[in-house]
Amino acid sequence: MNDWPLWEIFIRSQHGLSHKHVGSLHAADGEMAIKHARDVYTRRNEGVSIWAVKASDIVASSPGDKEALFESANNKIYRHPTFYEVPEGVKNM
Amino acid sequence: MAATNPRFEYLLYLGDNCLILGQRLAALCGHGPALEENIAITNVALDLIGQARLWLTYAGEVEGRGRDEDKLAFLRDGHEFRNCLLVEQPNGNYAETTARQFYFDTWHYFALNALSRSTDARVADIAAKSLKEVRYHLERSSEWVVRLGDGTEESHRKMQAALDWLWSYTGELFEASAVDAALVAEGVAFDPASIRGDWLAHVKEVIEEATLALPSGTWMQRGGREGRHSEHLGYLLAEMQFLQRAYPGAQW
Repeated sequence: MNDWPLWEIFIRSQHGLSHKHVGSLHAADGEMAIKHARDVYTRRNEGVSIWAVKASDIVASSPGDKEALFESANNKIYRHPTFYEVPEGVKNM
Repeated sequence: MAATNPRFEYLLYLGDNCLILGQRLAALCGHGPALEENIAITNVALDLIGQARLWLTYAGEVEGRGRDEDKLAFLRDGHEFRNCLLVEQPNGNYAETTARQFYFDTWHYFALNALSRSTDARVADIAAKSLKEVRYHLERSSEWVVRLGDGTEESHRKMQAALDWLWSYTGELFEASAVDAALVAEGVAFDPASIRGDWLAHVKEVIEEATLALPSGTWMQRGGREGRHSEHLGYLLAEMQFLQRAYPGAQW
């Protein structure tokens, strides 16, 4: 069982919310990954939906590319809606 | 032992099946073949022990002699247990644990399905509640039979050997005992033979998908419901009942 592939588990905790990464586990295949996820991560009623994704299928950004990917956004403060005054009487925007 | 109270006997049968298999599976806690599987099998054990509590509590009320779930679980001797012989068989290797679970879960699923239509409202309630858990147990053990059967050469061989070994313990699940007739007539219990077709159809389907062969033996073990058990039950009870026997009334 050491050669079971690694799966990343995503659980949606309630309708309307999106799936959230909760952890990883080993399983022989996708169906068993869902079953294991049910037993490992939903013991206390945490979810209404489970996704299992093979860890090897995930394409991830490299931490070394952090500057190139994210830093330039730091200089573009106009992308944050902080310059607008909220009209009176509007509670949520 | 109130052998004259069929409903009490029947509730013990339902409860003892869950209790003894739950105890067997609980012994795997910390010993599962993989962390994920260890958690899964322990979850099933907890489900079964929870179901045993419901059945045995009701059994104690029906008996009316002041025995609660704990007294019934911990202060009866082997010959007073009514569980089928299948559930007391040792865990063995994982194929054997899986085969035992698969045969039992299939029976349990169809049995609870029938009991959810019982004329005894309490029986119907407990059955309907348990059925949700058992549907998952059955899916799980069926998937494992397929994966071990259709896995490697070694897992295939072990899975086949396990199914063959435990086959002779499946016969008594479909035999009517002396207590059944009256309860079946009242609509409290179901006729055990009536679910054999469904049981066999599912078992056959899964075994075929697993590229395994359906065992063909016709000689069957029997005696669990009459309290004639295999030698394994005594050891299981010695461990399970030790604390209450050594320190009567001990509590958490």
